Amino acid sequence: MNNSPLHLVLAKLGIITVGEVARKTVTFGDPEASKGGLIWGIVSVLLIFSIWSLAVANEWASAIFLPPPSEVVSQFWKIATDGFRGSSLWEHLGISLYRLLVGFILGCLIGIPIGFGMALSKVVRGFFDPIVEFMRPIPPLALIPLSIIWMGIGNGSKIFLLFLAALWIMVLAARAGVEGIRLSKIHAAYTLGASKKQVLLRVILPNALPEIFTGMRVAMGVCWGTLVAAELVGADAGIGFMITVAGKFLETGLVFVGIILIGIIGAAIDVSMRKAEALMIPWKGKV
Amino acid sequence: MATGLHIDKIGMIYQLPGGGEVEALKDVSFHLDKGEILTILGPSGCGKTTLLNIVAGFLVPTSGTASFYSEQISGPSTSRQVLEPLITGPSPERGMVFQQGALFEWMSVAENIGFGPGMKGVPKNEINTIVEQYLETVGLQGFGNKAVYELSGGMQQRVALARCLANEPELILMDEPLGALDALTREKMQGLILKIWNETGKTIALITHSVEEALFLGQRVFVMAPRPGRIEKEYRLPYAQRGVNESLRDIKMTDEFSQTREEILSMIWEMEEEIMGRQE
Repeated sequence: MNNSPLHLVLAKLGIITVGEVARKTVTFGDPEASKGGLIWGIVSVLLIFSIWSLAVANEWASAIFLPPPSEVVSQFWKIATDGFRGSSLWEHLGISLYRLLVGFILGCLIGIPIGFGMALSKVVRGFFDPIVEFMRPIPPLALIPLSIIWMGIGNGSKIFLLFLAALWIMVLAARAGVEGIRLSKIHAAYTLGASKKQVLLRVILPNALPEIFTGMRVAMGVCWGTLVAAELVGADAGIGFMITVAGKFLETGLVFVGIILIGIIGAAIDVSMRKAEALMIPWKGKV
Repeated sequence: MATGLHIDKIGMIYQLPGGGEVEALKDVSFHLDKGEILTILGPSGCGKTTLLNIVAGFLVPTSGTASFYSEQISGPSTSRQVLEPLITGPSPERGMVFQQGALFEWMSVAENIGFGPGMKGVPKNEINTIVEQYLETVGLQGFGNKAVYELSGGMQQRVALARCLANEPELILMDEPLGALDALTREKMQGLILKIWNETGKTIALITHSVEEALFLGQRVFVMAPRPGRIEKEYRLPYAQRGVNESLRDIKMTDEFSQTREEILSMIWEMEEEIMGRQE
Protein backbone atom coordinates (compact mmCIF):
# COMPACT_ATOMS: atom_id res chain seq x y z
CA MET A 1 0.00 0.00 0.00
CA ASN A 2 3.03 2.20 0.54
CA ASN A 3 3.60 2.19 -3.20
CA SER A 4 0.25 3.59 -4.28
CA PRO A 5 0.40 6.60 -6.65
CA LEU A 6 -0.97 8.81 -3.91
CA HIS A 7 1.84 7.78 -1.56
CA LEU A 8 4.44 8.44 -4.23
CA VAL A 9 3.03 11.89 -4.95
CA LEU A 10 2.92 12.73 -1.25
CA ALA A 11 6.48 11.47 -0.85
CA LYS A 12 7.60 13.55 -3.81
CA LEU A 13 6.11 16.63 -2.20
CA GLY A 14 7.97 15.87 1.00
CA ILE A 15 4.87 15.38 3.12
CA ILE A 16 5.49 11.72 3.99
CA THR A 17 8.45 9.42 3.73
CA VAL A 18 8.32 6.04 2.03
CA GLY A 19 10.24 3.01 3.23
CA GLU A 20 13.12 2.90 5.67
CA VAL A 21 14.69 6.29 6.16
CA ALA A 22 17.65 7.19 8.34
CA ARG A 23 16.52 9.77 10.84
CA LYS A 24 18.62 12.59 12.20
CA THR A 25 18.00 13.75 15.75
CA VAL A 26 19.51 17.18 15.12
CA THR A 27 17.53 18.88 12.37
CA PHE A 28 17.48 22.47 13.58
CA GLY A 29 20.43 24.23 11.99
CA ASP A 30 21.21 21.36 9.59
CA PRO A 31 20.72 22.66 6.05
CA GLU A 32 20.36 19.10 4.70
CA ALA A 33 17.38 18.49 6.97
CA SER A 34 15.46 21.46 5.57
CA LYS A 35 15.83 20.41 1.94
CA GLY A 36 12.76 19.57 -0.09
CA GLY A 37 9.66 21.23 1.28
CA LEU A 38 8.19 21.71 -2.20
CA ILE A 39 4.76 21.44 -0.68
CA TRP A 40 5.26 24.69 1.22
CA GLY A 41 6.14 26.46 -1.99
CA ILE A 42 2.83 25.38 -3.45
CA VAL A 43 1.05 26.43 -0.27
CA SER A 44 2.55 29.91 -0.36
CA VAL A 45 1.61 30.51 -4.01
CA LEU A 46 -1.95 29.24 -3.46
CA LEU A 47 -2.25 31.39 -0.36
CA ILE A 48 -1.25 34.55 -2.23
CA PHE A 49 -3.75 33.83 -5.01
CA SER A 50 -6.58 33.12 -2.56
CA ILE A 51 -5.95 36.30 -0.58
CA TRP A 52 -5.84 38.20 -3.88
CA SER A 53 -9.13 36.64 -5.06
CA LEU A 54 -10.73 37.17 -1.67
CA ALA A 55 -9.72 40.83 -1.68
CA VAL A 56 -11.23 41.31 -5.12
CA ALA A 57 -14.43 39.36 -4.32
CA ASN A 58 -15.07 41.39 -1.16
CA GLU A 59 -14.13 44.63 -2.92
CA TRP A 60 -11.49 45.52 -0.34
CA ALA A 61 -9.91 47.66 -3.03
CA SER A 62 -11.28 49.00 -6.29
CA ALA A 63 -10.31 47.28 -9.54
CA ILE A 64 -8.09 50.24 -10.46
CA PHE A 65 -5.83 49.43 -7.54
CA LEU A 66 -6.22 45.68 -7.52
CA PRO A 67 -7.53 44.02 -10.68
CA PRO A 68 -8.91 40.47 -10.32
CA PRO A 69 -6.61 37.60 -11.37
CA SER A 70 -8.92 36.88 -14.28
CA GLU A 71 -8.43 40.43 -15.56
CA VAL A 72 -4.64 39.98 -15.43
CA VAL A 73 -4.90 36.73 -17.38
CA SER A 74 -7.16 38.27 -20.01
CA GLN A 75 -4.89 41.32 -20.33
CA PHE A 76 -1.96 38.97 -20.86
CA TRP A 77 -3.96 37.13 -23.46
CA LYS A 78 -4.86 40.36 -25.19
CA ILE A 79 -1.34 41.73 -25.54
CA ALA A 80 0.02 38.28 -26.36
CA THR A 81 -2.27 38.13 -29.39
CA ASP A 82 -2.88 41.81 -30.31
CA GLY A 83 0.32 43.39 -29.07
CA PHE A 84 0.83 46.69 -27.28
CA ARG A 85 1.46 50.12 -28.84
CA GLY A 86 2.16 48.84 -32.30
CA SER A 87 4.48 46.05 -31.26
CA SER A 88 3.58 42.56 -30.14
CA LEU A 89 4.33 41.49 -26.57
CA TRP A 90 7.05 39.25 -27.94
CA GLU A 91 8.69 42.20 -29.64
CA HIS A 92 8.70 44.15 -26.38
CA LEU A 93 10.15 41.17 -24.52
CA GLY A 94 12.56 40.47 -27.37
CA ILE A 95 13.93 43.99 -27.39
CA SER A 96 14.41 43.91 -23.61
CA LEU A 97 16.21 40.57 -23.77
CA TYR A 98 18.31 41.79 -26.69
CA ARG A 99 19.49 44.83 -24.71
CA LEU A 100 20.10 42.66 -21.68
CA LEU A 101 22.20 40.09 -23.51
CA VAL A 102 24.26 42.54 -25.59
CA GLY A 103 25.06 44.75 -22.60
CA PHE A 104 25.83 41.78 -20.38
CA ILE A 105 27.99 39.99 -22.93
CA LEU A 106 29.95 43.16 -23.73
CA GLY A 107 30.51 43.67 -20.01
CA CYS A 108 31.83 40.10 -19.69
CA LEU A 109 33.98 40.26 -22.82
CA ILE A 110 35.72 43.42 -21.69
CA GLY A 111 35.52 43.02 -17.92
CA ILE A 112 37.02 39.53 -17.65
CA PRO A 113 40.25 40.36 -19.53
CA ILE A 114 40.65 43.56 -17.48
CA GLY A 115 40.19 41.55 -14.28
CA PHE A 116 42.79 39.02 -15.47
CA GLY A 117 45.17 41.83 -16.35
CA MET A 118 44.72 43.44 -12.95
CA ALA A 119 45.50 40.18 -11.19
CA LEU A 120 48.49 39.34 -13.36
CA SER A 121 50.23 42.63 -14.14
CA LYS A 122 51.37 45.50 -11.96
CA VAL A 123 50.95 47.98 -14.83
CA VAL A 124 47.38 46.96 -15.64
CA ARG A 125 46.41 46.91 -11.98
CA GLY A 126 47.88 50.33 -11.35
CA PHE A 127 46.19 51.76 -14.42
CA PHE A 128 42.69 50.43 -13.80
CA ASP A 129 42.62 50.58 -10.00
CA PRO A 130 41.46 54.21 -9.70
CA ILE A 131 38.89 53.79 -12.49
CA VAL A 132 37.42 50.63 -11.00
CA GLU A 133 37.45 51.96 -7.46
CA PHE A 134 35.65 55.12 -8.59
CA MET A 135 33.07 53.53 -10.87
CA ARG A 136 32.26 50.45 -8.82
CA PRO A 137 30.27 52.12 -6.01
CA ILE A 138 28.16 54.22 -8.42
CA PRO A 139 24.74 52.56 -8.78
CA PRO A 140 24.00 52.05 -12.49
CA LEU A 141 20.63 53.75 -11.94
CA ALA A 142 22.47 57.02 -11.22
CA LEU A 143 23.88 56.88 -14.74
CA ILE A 144 20.50 56.66 -16.48
CA PRO A 145 20.11 60.44 -17.04
CA LEU A 146 23.63 60.69 -18.45
CA SER A 147 23.11 57.73 -20.75
CA ILE A 148 19.94 59.35 -22.11
CA ILE A 149 21.68 62.72 -22.63
CA TRP A 150 24.52 61.04 -24.45
CA MET A 151 22.75 58.39 -26.41
CA GLY A 152 19.01 59.07 -26.42
CA ILE A 153 16.25 56.64 -25.45
CA GLY A 154 16.98 53.87 -27.96
CA ASN A 155 18.97 50.67 -27.66
CA GLY A 156 22.34 52.41 -27.43
CA SER A 157 21.79 54.06 -24.08
CA LYS A 158 20.35 50.87 -22.53
CA ILE A 159 23.17 48.70 -23.79
CA PHE A 160 25.75 51.22 -22.60
CA LEU A 161 24.16 51.25 -19.14
CA LEU A 162 24.02 47.47 -18.86
CA PHE A 163 27.55 47.19 -20.14
CA LEU A 164 28.71 49.45 -17.31
CA ALA A 165 26.54 47.60 -14.79
CA ALA A 166 28.11 44.26 -15.74
CA LEU A 167 31.63 45.55 -16.36
CA TRP A 168 32.82 46.34 -12.83
CA ILE A 169 31.22 43.24 -11.38
CA MET A 170 33.00 41.07 -13.94
CA VAL A 171 36.32 42.86 -13.44
CA LEU A 172 36.21 42.16 -9.71
CA ALA A 173 35.00 38.56 -10.15
CA ALA A 174 37.69 37.69 -12.70
CA ARG A 175 40.37 39.33 -10.61
CA ALA A 176 39.29 37.47 -7.48
CA GLY A 177 39.16 34.22 -9.45
CA VAL A 178 42.74 34.61 -10.61
CA GLU A 179 44.09 35.81 -7.29
CA GLY A 180 42.46 32.93 -5.45
CA ILE A 181 44.60 30.30 -7.15
CA ARG A 182 46.90 28.10 -5.12
CA LEU A 183 50.46 28.91 -6.08
CA SER A 184 51.34 25.21 -6.05
CA LYS A 185 49.02 24.66 -9.05
CA ILE A 186 50.98 27.22 -11.06
CA HIS A 187 54.28 25.80 -9.87
CA ALA A 188 53.14 22.30 -10.80
CA ALA A 189 52.18 23.42 -14.30
CA TYR A 190 55.59 25.02 -14.87
CA THR A 191 57.49 21.95 -13.66
CA LEU A 192 55.36 19.89 -16.04
CA GLY A 193 56.69 21.97 -18.91
CA ALA A 194 53.81 24.41 -19.49
CA SER A 195 54.56 27.73 -21.17
CA LYS A 196 53.19 31.02 -19.85
CA LYS A 197 50.34 30.86 -22.36
CA GLN A 198 49.53 27.27 -21.41
CA VAL A 199 49.56 28.17 -17.71
CA LEU A 200 47.11 30.99 -18.47
CA LEU A 201 44.71 28.96 -20.62
CA ARG A 202 44.96 25.54 -18.99
CA VAL A 203 45.38 26.47 -15.31
CA ILE A 204 44.61 30.09 -14.41
CA LEU A 205 41.49 30.41 -16.59
CA PRO A 206 39.73 27.19 -15.55
CA ASN A 207 40.69 27.82 -11.93
CA ALA A 208 38.95 31.22 -12.10
CA LEU A 209 35.77 29.88 -13.72
CA PRO A 210 33.79 29.32 -10.49
CA GLU A 211 34.36 32.94 -9.40
CA ILE A 212 33.64 34.21 -12.90
CA PHE A 213 30.37 32.29 -12.97
CA THR A 214 29.33 33.68 -9.60
CA GLY A 215 30.10 37.14 -10.97
CA MET A 216 28.02 36.45 -14.06
CA ARG A 217 25.02 35.47 -11.96
CA VAL A 218 25.29 38.63 -9.88
CA ALA A 219 25.85 40.77 -13.00
CA MET A 220 22.86 39.21 -14.76
CA GLY A 221 20.61 40.03 -11.80
CA VAL A 222 21.86 43.62 -11.59
CA CYS A 223 21.53 44.06 -15.38
CA TRP A 224 17.95 42.85 -15.44
CA GLY A 225 16.98 45.23 -12.65
CA THR A 226 18.85 48.12 -14.25
CA LEU A 227 17.30 47.47 -17.64
CA VAL A 228 13.74 47.54 -16.36
CA ALA A 229 14.49 50.75 -14.46
CA ALA A 230 16.11 52.34 -17.52
CA GLU A 231 13.11 51.41 -19.66
CA LEU A 232 10.80 52.91 -17.07
CA VAL A 233 12.60 56.25 -17.19
CA GLY A 234 12.94 56.69 -20.90
CA ALA A 235 12.41 54.21 -23.71
CA ASP A 236 10.44 53.64 -26.87
CA ALA A 237 9.91 49.92 -26.44
CA GLY A 238 10.56 47.08 -24.02
CA ILE A 239 8.88 45.48 -21.05
CA GLY A 240 9.68 48.40 -18.70
CA PHE A 241 8.30 50.87 -21.25
CA MET A 242 5.16 48.76 -21.44
CA ILE A 243 4.37 49.00 -17.73
CA THR A 244 5.14 52.72 -17.53
CA VAL A 245 2.70 53.50 -20.33
CA ALA A 246 0.12 51.12 -18.88
CA GLY A 247 0.55 52.83 -15.49
CA LYS A 248 -0.06 56.26 -16.99
CA PHE A 249 -3.38 55.08 -18.39
CA LEU A 250 -4.30 53.30 -15.16
CA GLU A 251 -4.36 49.94 -16.93
CA THR A 252 -3.47 48.21 -13.70
CA GLY A 253 -4.10 44.74 -15.12
CA LEU A 254 -1.42 45.32 -17.70
CA VAL A 255 0.98 46.65 -15.05
CA PHE A 256 0.47 43.39 -13.16
CA VAL A 257 1.18 41.39 -16.32
CA GLY A 258 4.44 43.29 -16.76
CA ILE A 259 5.54 42.85 -13.17
CA ILE A 260 4.79 39.13 -13.21
CA LEU A 261 6.64 38.68 -16.50
CA ILE A 262 9.67 40.59 -15.17
CA GLY A 263 9.72 38.37 -12.10
CA ILE A 264 9.33 35.15 -14.03
CA ILE A 265 12.00 36.06 -16.59
CA GLY A 266 14.45 37.16 -13.89
CA ALA A 267 13.93 33.89 -12.02
CA ALA A 268 14.22 31.85 -15.21
CA ILE A 269 17.52 33.53 -16.07
CA ASP A 270 18.97 32.75 -12.65
CA VAL A 271 17.75 29.15 -12.66
CA SER A 272 19.19 28.52 -16.11
CA MET A 273 22.51 30.06 -15.12
CA ARG A 274 22.64 27.84 -12.05
CA LYS A 275 21.97 24.81 -14.25
CA ALA A 276 24.70 25.89 -16.67
CA GLU A 277 27.06 26.34 -13.75
CA ALA A 278 26.40 22.87 -12.39
CA LEU A 279 26.97 21.49 -15.87
CA MET A 280 30.13 23.42 -16.71
CA ILE A 281 31.83 23.62 -13.32
CA PRO A 282 31.05 20.36 -11.56
CA TRP A 283 34.05 20.79 -9.25
CA LYS A 284 32.71 24.00 -7.70
CA GLY A 285 32.57 23.84 -3.94
CA LYS A 286 34.23 20.42 -3.84
CA VAL A 287 37.83 21.56 -3.69
CA MET B 1 81.29 17.01 -12.57
CA ALA B 2 79.37 13.91 -11.64
CA THR B 3 75.74 13.85 -12.72
CA GLY B 4 73.25 14.95 -10.11
CA LEU B 5 72.26 17.99 -8.09
CA HIS B 6 75.04 20.31 -7.07
CA ILE B 7 74.39 22.99 -4.48
CA ASP B 8 77.23 25.42 -3.94
CA LYS B 9 77.29 27.83 -0.95
CA ILE B 10 73.68 28.86 -1.28
CA GLY B 11 72.47 31.75 0.81
CA MET B 12 68.99 33.25 0.90
CA ILE B 13 68.09 36.49 2.61
CA TYR B 14 64.49 37.69 2.75
CA GLN B 15 63.80 41.37 3.25
CA LEU B 16 61.00 41.80 5.76
CA PRO B 17 58.27 44.26 4.83
CA GLY B 18 58.78 46.22 8.05
CA GLY B 19 62.52 46.54 7.52
CA GLY B 20 65.12 44.08 8.66
CA GLU B 21 65.93 40.75 7.07
CA VAL B 22 65.83 37.02 7.69
CA GLU B 23 68.62 34.69 6.73
CA ALA B 24 66.57 31.72 5.52
CA LEU B 25 69.64 29.84 4.26
CA LYS B 26 73.32 30.34 4.93
CA ASP B 27 76.20 28.69 3.14
CA VAL B 28 74.39 25.49 2.21
CA SER B 29 76.44 23.14 0.05
CA PHE B 30 75.94 19.50 -0.92
CA HIS B 31 76.01 17.15 -3.86
CA LEU B 32 73.24 14.67 -4.49
CA ASP B 33 74.24 11.88 -6.85
CA LYS B 34 72.00 10.58 -9.58
CA GLY B 35 69.80 7.83 -8.16
CA GLU B 36 70.15 8.90 -4.53
CA ILE B 37 67.15 9.52 -2.30
CA LEU B 38 67.46 12.35 0.19
CA THR B 39 65.10 13.40 2.96
CA ILE B 40 65.19 16.76 4.68
CA LEU B 41 64.01 17.29 8.25
CA GLY B 42 63.92 20.29 10.47
CA PRO B 43 61.76 22.58 12.58
CA SER B 44 59.61 25.16 10.82
CA GLY B 45 61.59 28.16 9.65
CA CYS B 46 64.77 26.20 8.95
CA GLY B 47 64.60 26.98 5.24
CA LYS B 48 63.85 23.52 3.90
CA THR B 49 61.00 24.65 1.65
CA THR B 50 63.13 27.60 0.48
CA LEU B 51 65.88 25.15 -0.43
CA LEU B 52 63.49 22.93 -2.38
CA ASN B 53 61.99 25.94 -4.16
CA ILE B 54 65.46 27.05 -5.21
CA VAL B 55 66.20 23.60 -6.63
CA ALA B 56 62.83 23.59 -8.43
CA GLY B 57 63.74 26.96 -9.90
CA PHE B 58 60.90 28.95 -8.30
CA LEU B 59 63.32 31.12 -6.31
CA VAL B 60 66.74 32.53 -7.10
CA PRO B 61 69.18 32.40 -4.16
CA THR B 62 70.73 35.67 -3.02
CA SER B 63 74.16 34.03 -3.13
CA GLY B 64 75.65 30.76 -4.37
CA THR B 65 74.46 28.53 -7.19
CA ALA B 66 72.30 25.48 -7.75
CA SER B 67 73.11 23.32 -10.76
CA PHE B 68 71.71 20.11 -12.12
CA TYR B 69 74.06 18.02 -14.21
CA SER B 70 72.18 15.58 -16.37
CA GLU B 71 73.48 12.94 -18.72
CA GLN B 72 71.27 13.72 -21.63
CA ILE B 73 73.40 16.16 -23.55
CA SER B 74 71.77 16.03 -26.95
CA GLY B 75 73.53 13.94 -29.52
CA PRO B 76 72.62 13.53 -33.16
CA SER B 77 70.13 10.81 -32.18
CA THR B 78 67.94 12.96 -29.93
CA SER B 79 66.24 16.22 -30.64
CA ARG B 80 66.39 17.30 -27.03
CA GLN B 81 68.07 20.59 -26.39
CA VAL B 82 71.26 20.87 -24.38
CA LEU B 83 70.28 21.45 -20.80
CA GLU B 84 72.13 24.19 -18.97
CA PRO B 85 73.34 22.83 -15.64
CA LEU B 86 72.74 26.13 -13.81
CA ILE B 87 69.20 26.25 -12.46
CA THR B 88 67.52 29.51 -13.48
CA GLY B 89 63.86 28.55 -13.55
CA PRO B 90 61.44 25.64 -13.43
CA SER B 91 62.06 22.84 -15.93
CA PRO B 92 60.45 19.49 -16.72
CA GLU B 93 63.71 17.71 -15.83
CA ARG B 94 63.01 18.63 -12.20
CA GLY B 95 59.49 17.48 -11.28
CA MET B 96 57.71 18.30 -8.07
CA VAL B 97 55.06 16.62 -5.94
CA PHE B 98 53.27 19.05 -3.67
CA GLN B 99 51.13 18.66 -0.59
CA GLN B 100 47.48 18.20 -1.45
CA GLY B 101 45.68 20.75 -3.62
CA ALA B 102 48.03 21.01 -6.58
CA LEU B 103 46.00 18.76 -8.87
CA PHE B 104 43.79 20.37 -11.51
CA GLU B 105 40.17 19.82 -10.44
CA TRP B 106 38.82 20.73 -13.88
CA MET B 107 40.58 17.73 -15.39
CA SER B 108 39.95 14.03 -14.93
CA VAL B 109 42.58 11.83 -13.29
CA ALA B 110 43.84 10.77 -16.73
CA GLU B 111 44.00 14.36 -17.99
CA ASN B 112 46.01 15.35 -14.93
CA ILE B 113 48.52 12.58 -15.51
CA GLY B 114 48.69 13.33 -19.24
CA PHE B 115 49.20 17.06 -18.66
CA GLY B 116 53.01 17.03 -18.88
CA PRO B 117 53.24 14.92 -22.05
CA GLY B 118 50.46 17.05 -23.55
CA MET B 119 52.51 20.22 -22.96
CA LYS B 120 55.38 18.60 -24.85
CA GLY B 121 53.08 17.90 -27.79
CA VAL B 122 53.08 14.11 -27.44
CA PRO B 123 50.32 12.65 -29.70
CA LYS B 124 47.01 11.68 -28.04
CA ASN B 125 47.29 7.91 -28.42
CA GLU B 126 50.79 7.91 -26.96
CA ILE B 127 49.57 10.00 -24.03
CA ASN B 128 46.89 7.38 -23.39
CA THR B 129 49.54 4.66 -23.22
CA ILE B 130 51.66 6.74 -20.84
CA VAL B 131 48.64 7.48 -18.63
CA GLU B 132 47.69 3.79 -18.43
CA GLN B 133 51.25 2.87 -17.57
CA TYR B 134 51.53 5.32 -14.68
CA LEU B 135 48.02 4.61 -13.41
CA GLU B 136 49.27 1.07 -12.99
CA THR B 137 52.53 2.18 -11.37
CA VAL B 138 50.64 3.98 -8.60
CA GLY B 139 47.92 1.32 -8.34
CA LEU B 140 45.00 3.30 -9.74
CA GLN B 141 44.04 1.18 -12.76
CA GLY B 142 40.51 2.00 -13.87
CA PHE B 143 40.40 5.38 -12.12
CA GLY B 144 41.39 7.39 -15.21
CA ASN B 145 37.93 8.81 -15.89
CA LYS B 146 37.22 9.77 -12.29
CA ALA B 147 37.16 13.38 -11.23
CA VAL B 148 39.98 14.38 -8.90
CA TYR B 149 37.60 15.53 -6.16
CA GLU B 150 35.93 12.12 -6.08
CA LEU B 151 39.14 10.51 -4.81
CA SER B 152 40.37 10.18 -1.22
CA GLY B 153 43.39 12.15 -0.06
CA GLY B 154 45.73 9.18 -0.46
CA MET B 155 44.49 8.48 -3.98
CA GLN B 156 44.92 12.14 -4.91
CA GLN B 157 48.56 11.98 -3.86
CA ARG B 158 48.96 8.84 -5.99
CA VAL B 159 47.66 10.85 -8.93
CA ALA B 160 50.10 13.68 -8.09
CA LEU B 161 52.93 11.15 -8.07
CA ALA B 162 51.81 9.65 -11.38
CA ARG B 163 51.47 13.11 -12.94
CA CYS B 164 55.04 13.91 -11.94
CA LEU B 165 56.40 10.55 -13.16
CA ALA B 166 54.54 10.71 -16.48
CA ASN B 167 56.65 13.73 -17.34
CA GLU B 168 59.81 11.65 -16.86
CA PRO B 169 61.75 14.08 -14.69
CA GLU B 170 65.32 13.20 -13.73
CA LEU B 171 64.97 14.68 -10.27
CA ILE B 172 61.79 14.45 -8.22
CA LEU B 173 61.25 17.01 -5.49
CA MET B 174 58.60 16.35 -2.87
CA ASP B 175 57.38 18.99 -0.42
CA GLU B 176 55.69 17.11 2.43
CA PRO B 177 53.76 14.97 -0.05
CA LEU B 178 52.27 12.74 2.65
CA GLY B 179 51.75 15.43 5.29
CA ALA B 180 47.97 15.46 5.11
CA LEU B 181 47.41 11.70 5.04
CA ASP B 182 46.31 9.37 7.84
CA ALA B 183 48.93 7.07 9.37
CA LEU B 184 47.94 3.91 7.51
CA THR B 185 47.69 5.53 4.09
CA ARG B 186 50.94 7.29 4.81
CA GLU B 187 52.76 4.02 5.43
CA LYS B 188 51.43 2.56 2.17
CA MET B 189 52.55 5.64 0.28
CA GLN B 190 56.02 5.43 1.82
CA GLY B 191 56.26 1.90 0.44
CA LEU B 192 55.10 3.17 -2.96
CA ILE B 193 57.73 5.92 -3.04
CA LEU B 194 60.47 3.42 -2.20
CA LYS B 195 59.19 1.04 -4.87
CA ILE B 196 59.19 3.80 -7.49
CA TRP B 197 62.66 4.94 -6.44
CA ASN B 198 63.97 1.40 -6.69
CA GLU B 199 62.31 0.62 -10.02
CA THR B 200 62.99 3.88 -11.85
CA GLY B 201 66.33 4.86 -10.32
CA LYS B 202 65.20 8.48 -10.11
CA THR B 203 66.97 11.00 -7.92
CA ILE B 204 64.57 12.08 -5.18
CA ALA B 205 64.64 14.85 -2.56
CA LEU B 206 61.78 14.84 -0.05
CA ILE B 207 60.86 17.22 2.75
CA THR B 208 59.01 15.79 5.72
CA HIS B 209 58.08 16.63 9.29
CA SER B 210 58.07 13.01 10.35
CA VAL B 211 61.40 11.71 11.63
CA GLU B 212 60.34 8.12 10.97
CA GLU B 213 59.46 8.94 7.38
CA ALA B 214 62.81 10.66 6.91
CA LEU B 215 64.63 7.58 8.20
CA PHE B 216 62.58 5.13 6.10
CA LEU B 217 62.94 7.03 2.88
CA GLY B 218 66.35 8.70 3.13
CA GLN B 219 69.57 7.09 2.03
CA ARG B 220 70.77 10.45 3.14
CA VAL B 221 69.00 12.53 5.76
CA PHE B 222 69.66 16.22 6.32
CA VAL B 223 68.63 17.66 9.66
CA MET B 224 68.36 21.40 9.16
CA ALA B 225 68.49 24.10 11.84
CA PRO B 226 67.04 27.63 11.79
CA ARG B 227 68.47 31.14 12.22
CA PRO B 228 70.29 31.03 9.89
CA GLY B 229 68.87 28.07 7.94
CA ARG B 230 71.62 25.48 7.56
CA ILE B 231 72.33 21.76 7.41
CA GLU B 232 73.06 20.85 11.01
CA LYS B 233 73.79 17.19 10.54
CA GLU B 234 73.80 14.60 7.79
CA TYR B 235 73.11 10.89 8.15
CA ARG B 236 73.73 8.11 5.67
CA LEU B 237 71.31 5.32 6.45
CA PRO B 238 70.62 1.81 5.14
CA TYR B 239 66.84 1.73 5.68
CA ALA B 240 65.71 2.98 2.28
CA GLN B 241 67.71 0.21 0.60
CA ARG B 242 66.42 -2.37 3.08
CA GLY B 243 62.86 -1.08 2.83
CA VAL B 244 62.74 -2.16 -0.81
CA ASN B 245 62.60 -5.80 0.28
CA GLU B 246 61.85 -5.78 3.99
CA SER B 247 58.67 -4.58 5.62
CA LEU B 248 58.79 -1.09 7.04
CA ARG B 249 57.32 -2.47 10.27
CA ASP B 250 60.23 -4.82 10.86
CA ILE B 251 62.71 -2.05 10.24
CA LYS B 252 60.93 0.17 12.71
CA MET B 253 61.34 -2.48 15.42
CA THR B 254 65.14 -2.63 15.24
CA ASP B 255 67.21 -0.99 18.00
CA GLU B 256 69.47 0.97 15.70
CA PHE B 257 66.44 2.51 13.98
CA SER B 258 64.89 3.69 17.22
CA GLN B 259 68.25 4.96 18.47
CA THR B 260 68.75 7.13 15.40
CA ARG B 261 65.15 8.27 15.63
CA GLU B 262 65.53 9.32 19.27
CA GLU B 263 68.78 11.09 18.51
CA ILE B 264 67.24 13.16 15.73
CA LEU B 265 64.07 13.80 17.70
CA SER B 266 65.94 15.24 20.66
CA MET B 267 68.02 17.35 18.29
CA ILE B 268 64.88 18.83 16.76
CA TRP B 269 63.28 19.25 20.18
CA GLU B 270 66.21 21.33 21.29
CA MET B 271 65.95 23.53 18.23
CA GLU B 272 62.22 23.98 18.78
CA GLU B 273 62.83 24.94 22.41
CA GLU B 274 65.39 27.46 21.33
CA ILE B 275 62.88 28.98 18.94
CA MET B 276 60.01 29.08 21.39
CA GLY B 277 62.20 30.22 24.27
CA ARG B 278 62.71 27.66 27.03
CA GLN B 279 59.47 27.15 28.87
CA GLU B 280 58.69 25.52 32.23
